[in-house]
Amino acid sequence: MAAEPVRGASRARGFLGRLRAGDQVASLITATFAASVLLLAALLVFELFRGSALTRDKFGWAFLFTGIWDPVAGEFGALPFIYGTVVTSALALAMAVPLGLGAAIFLSELAPPRISDALTFVIELLAAVPSVIYGLLGVFVLVPLMRQVGAPYGVGVFTAAVVLAVMILPFIVSISREALLAVPREQREAALALGATRWESTWQVVVPYARLGIFGSVFLALARALGETMAVTMVIGNDPKIHASLLAPGYSIAAVIANEFTEATADLHLSALIELGLVLFLLTILLNGVARLLILGTTRRGTAQ
Amino acid sequence: MRLALSLLALLVPLSAQTLVNGAGATFPYPIYSKWFDEYHKLHPDVQINYQSIGSGGGIRQLEAGTVDFGASDQPMNQEQLAKSKIKPLHFPTVLGAVVATYNLPGLSRELNFTPDALAGIFLGKIRKWNDPALARANPGVPLPSSDIMLVHRSDGSGTTFIWTDYLSKTSPEWKSQVGSGTSVNWPAGLGAKGNEGVAGMVKQTPYSLGYVELIYALQNKMAYGLVRNAAGKFVKPDLASVTAAAAAAGMPDDFRVSITNAPGKDAYPISSFTWLLIPSQIQDSAKKKILVDFLRWMLGPGQKMTEPLSYAPLPQRVVAKELKAIAAVQ
Repeated sequence: MAAEPVRGASRARGFLGRLRAGDQVASLITATFAASVLLLAALLVFELFRGSALTRDKFGWAFLFTGIWDPVAGEFGALPFIYGTVVTSALALAMAVPLGLGAAIFLSELAPPRISDALTFVIELLAAVPSVIYGLLGVFVLVPLMRQVGAPYGVGVFTAAVVLAVMILPFIVSISREALLAVPREQREAALALGATRWESTWQVVVPYARLGIFGSVFLALARALGETMAVTMVIGNDPKIHASLLAPGYSIAAVIANEFTEATADLHLSALIELGLVLFLLTILLNGVARLLILGTTRRGTAQ
Repeated sequence: MRLALSLLALLVPLSAQTLVNGAGATFPYPIYSKWFDEYHKLHPDVQINYQSIGSGGGIRQLEAGTVDFGASDQPMNQEQLAKSKIKPLHFPTVLGAVVATYNLPGLSRELNFTPDALAGIFLGKIRKWNDPALARANPGVPLPSSDIMLVHRSDGSGTTFIWTDYLSKTSPEWKSQVGSGTSVNWPAGLGAKGNEGVAGMVKQTPYSLGYVELIYALQNKMAYGLVRNAAGKFVKPDLASVTAAAAAAGMPDDFRVSITNAPGKDAYPISSFTWLLIPSQIQDSAKKKILVDFLRWMLGPGQKMTEPLSYAPLPQRVVAKELKAIAAVQ
């Protein structure tokens, strides 16, 4: 591969020369494409902001802190949904990150290459499974199990968190494994040469080196967990109240939007659902921001990269 | 060249077709798609498209003018009609009903429900299966002392509207505390998505109770209860008792009527029409001709196709009244 450009270099230089002006065109075009991403995000926020004018005027900031959701009386509060979204995502991460990281370390560092490749193939397959399938799995396998464990209905916040954890696990394993494999061989060899055991070199050298990639996988997992709709609504119980028990039913922002949007006829109801969309968008940014700050903190302390 | 010609040949009949677009309720979707399909066979030059995006969506799209007609499981209210630039006429098409379905292990008999018992259960006041309100209506039935696991719809739905409309009519407490709508603030229970979600939850959970459309219960052979109607008789929901409810209820000239808790001793009290919403003024004369013709066909041969799909047909009196009302489409 590396020899290719050298062999074709003399021919390519003439070609590139003729494209010198084309370079500017290309950079202009690609810059436009990049800007369109920003534009899209801005448009999204603008539309959500505009669509929710009615409830923003009526409830103000109280929308975020009240827990009554009554479409008939026209009273709307987002708190139970925010709670459900944050708690299910956080629990899912708490379950999936250790598991996923452990699996990734095994696959990249300890497993024989053939086993590692075969398992990775299966894991990447899992990542491509549509979320409704995970929802069905939750309904038919996890819910009866949870009922035996002591959740009265079987569905609830904890059940949703477990389904989410299963869903995001393949992302964490797959991307973390890539990051670990990308760590230069010299790093490992240097650690071993200094007398570290295999595990010490993995845990103290390889994992910190691949830290950014691993965090990236966690971000992706968090984003998927926050926005997951179908699988969550199938197992969370869809009850807009905050119960003390994690085994009790709850609700998430994405789930209530999907559930109620099609049949929302009152303007205020529609506006409340759109404002929930805005809240989810901001929540995602906020949580991603917090996660990024955490990383910045650890990067300063850890090995430089 | 030959390819281009055959492509052209494909395009020509398409462009000669008149497209009519509609959107709305999901509940009547199976019969509507059957109707539009059969109608297309009779009139190959007409293609009626229907998107089952939900009643609320159908009303919004109709108001915005993006579709030629809408469909809804609940009549538009005064406020919506006043706000809408397009003045839609309501045409009832078929009837549906909502039933109380339950999962009581070991019970083979059908249960009787009084309106008070249903309201009490859904208000969260009746929590046990052997509550006196249930025991009185079911003499001789061994009711367990377990908690009632209550399931309702989580998605906004015409089914929920019919159910809560019925509870509002029979229970003043329900009316003041919860009210009726496609989504309501449920005092008790948990939500499941769609008829299939509620049915799945009820089938899976022992001692549960929920509500689903009659069609869904019939097709899936689920256990469902009899409900005491306004005449004081416990009536089993089926196509005949649903049509009886429609026949017994009065019909205003604009067809916007709720037939829950209808009088008549054979009427099943949790029944409802579903409506097509046709603009009273249609600019495009070709589309107007098609819609008017379709309405006439739907009220005639179309009604005979309803029963195989478990929809209750309209009573004759309503059909006659609608045939007269079609003249109002201009």
